[in-house]
Amino acid sequence: MDFSTFLQQLVNGISLGSMYALIAIGYTMVYGTLRLINFAHGDIMMVGAFFVYLASSMGLPFPLAVLAGITGSVLVGIMTDKIAYKPLREAPKISLLITAIGISFFLENLFNVLFGGVPKAFPAPEYLTTSFKLGEVILPLMVIVIPIVTVLILGGVLWVLYKTKYGMAIRALAFDIPTVKLMGVNADYIISIVFGLGSALAAVGGIFYAISYPSIDPLMGIIVGLKAFAAAVLGGIGSVTGAVLGGFILGFTEIFVVAMFPDLGGYKDAFAFFFLIFVLLLRPTGIMGEDLDRGRF
Amino acid sequence: MKGILIKIALITVSLGIIWYTNSHLDIYNLSIVNNIGIFAILALSYNLINGVAGQFSLEPNGFVAIGAYMTAIFIIPMDTKIDMYALVDPAPVILQMQANFPIALLAGGLTSALMAFLLSVPVFRVRGDYLAIVTLGFGFIIRIFAMNSPAYTNGAMGLNDIPEFADFRWIGSITIFTFLVMIHVIYSKYGRAMKAIRDDEDAAVAMGVNTFKVKTYAFMTSAFFEGIGGGLLASFLSTIAPDQFTFLLTFYLLIIIVLGGLGSMTGTLVSAIVIGFGLEWLRFLDDNMTIFGYDTGAHPGMRMVVFSILLIITMLFARRGLFGDRELSDILKSKSSSKRKNV
Repeated sequence: MDFSTFLQQLVNGISLGSMYALIAIGYTMVYGTLRLINFAHGDIMMVGAFFVYLASSMGLPFPLAVLAGITGSVLVGIMTDKIAYKPLREAPKISLLITAIGISFFLENLFNVLFGGVPKAFPAPEYLTTSFKLGEVILPLMVIVIPIVTVLILGGVLWVLYKTKYGMAIRALAFDIPTVKLMGVNADYIISIVFGLGSALAAVGGIFYAISYPSIDPLMGIIVGLKAFAAAVLGGIGSVTGAVLGGFILGFTEIFVVAMFPDLGGYKDAFAFFFLIFVLLLRPTGIMGEDLDRGRF
Repeated sequence: MKGILIKIALITVSLGIIWYTNSHLDIYNLSIVNNIGIFAILALSYNLINGVAGQFSLEPNGFVAIGAYMTAIFIIPMDTKIDMYALVDPAPVILQMQANFPIALLAGGLTSALMAFLLSVPVFRVRGDYLAIVTLGFGFIIRIFAMNSPAYTNGAMGLNDIPEFADFRWIGSITIFTFLVMIHVIYSKYGRAMKAIRDDEDAAVAMGVNTFKVKTYAFMTSAFFEGIGGGLLASFLSTIAPDQFTFLLTFYLLIIIVLGGLGSMTGTLVSAIVIGFGLEWLRFLDDNMTIFGYDTGAHPGMRMVVFSILLIITMLFARRGLFGDRELSDILKSKSSSKRKNV
């Protein structure tokens, strides 16, 4: 592998890793507060991409369509919490998990019925799909845009978590929900914020994904969602910076292993789970995670 | 003594019904009952690890795939194999693997159980949600391997022309056998330990239960029967491909055991029958429909929307399912004893 190929793959790894990171943040935040693996989170990403598709096929300009997509998935995310998860807050965890799987299947099949299972071309505007040459390296514009936006978003999320009152409430919920309620915090409202924030990030990740692999289908969220979850566990679930780190590690591994050993290309989707199993064997709390029972962000 | 006699009588009667059904039902209905039988085997064994031992795992599609491929490879004649492997030549091992149907089934079950044993080391280091996601990952990995090892599995094309040994006599009697084994396990020392782990793992440890051993035992038993169910499925369908063993398979089983009641084998049996017929009856949902004179066109997937809503509603409003975690006989007993008290 010469240097320019290496650089090319490095850039690809950064952009893939950013997408995983964006989705992983949502997983880690919901898990941090509710101790729930939100199986539907990957599908929220799909919902976001489909809303953008729907909005732009109705004639909205792309930036507005993106806004509509994000708003749509935020609403769907909050609604899943209100309808399906909230009544089960006191229930055994297995019930919550099963409900989450049910929601995930519901979203996948609903969109399958509404839009059909055939992959759709994503209406990315031309100014986003251009690429330019830097020496011998061909850089699609998205490869630059994605990491920059991801870093900005990460900064924003950390600011919300550590500098605002809402962030303080979210972090407090992660420790002990009943006590936080006693302090006069509207826990359900804060949990809605967590779901909304996570869904917005997932939608952004989904839109990036759709622009980079310019087609969308109702099942696109499954594998990406699971990989993002693996990234969140790798980084240490409950830790936002850990999720981003895990996302990047996973993105780089996928790109570089396939670049160096093309024979392993077919196994690309399995890496995340091997990572998962090894992390759980060696360090179940992940890279940045602390004690699992006292997750903080 | 009386209990044993009743049991023997029940088994004889159900075997009689199975033999009668196998020779008197038409092909369409027979395929429905066969499907129900296979799903009952899979759901019963899945309920052992999920409902009885309380280890929420999502891997049955992986074990079913292992059992299906093992059995298929053992029973497909050598000549057929040479013609079938189109992508690359089959590995020599594959050609040498030849056995009759019962041994092939057993091989499938044992391979699955062995896999469960190997998997239990990483899997049971974690509890709860992590367990779910690791086992889910395992199911994915198995499918990805099946896709990417054409010398063993014929890749994405899958295996065809699998001899159709599995008629309802096989499937029905193995369903009954699985049910009896599961009931036996539930009421054994191990079964009580599993329930203890489900209800409170820390307390079970404190009482001296070797939780790792018990969980592994439950996991392996479950995997064994899932492998056998997979073998029956392969021979029943006569063609298998990696895409059959997606998470959708696990999802069906999950619905069955949740509706029947996590931990109740009789509930699972009833629910498998209901869901099996329900899937057939609800077929009209996928077809063209006319609502207020407006033709909606065919919409494949509508059945799954209905089933996922059904799952969510069950979880929200009737979390215990049909029979909760008790068997039908227990429920009948407690009813009759409460009646006696009232008198």
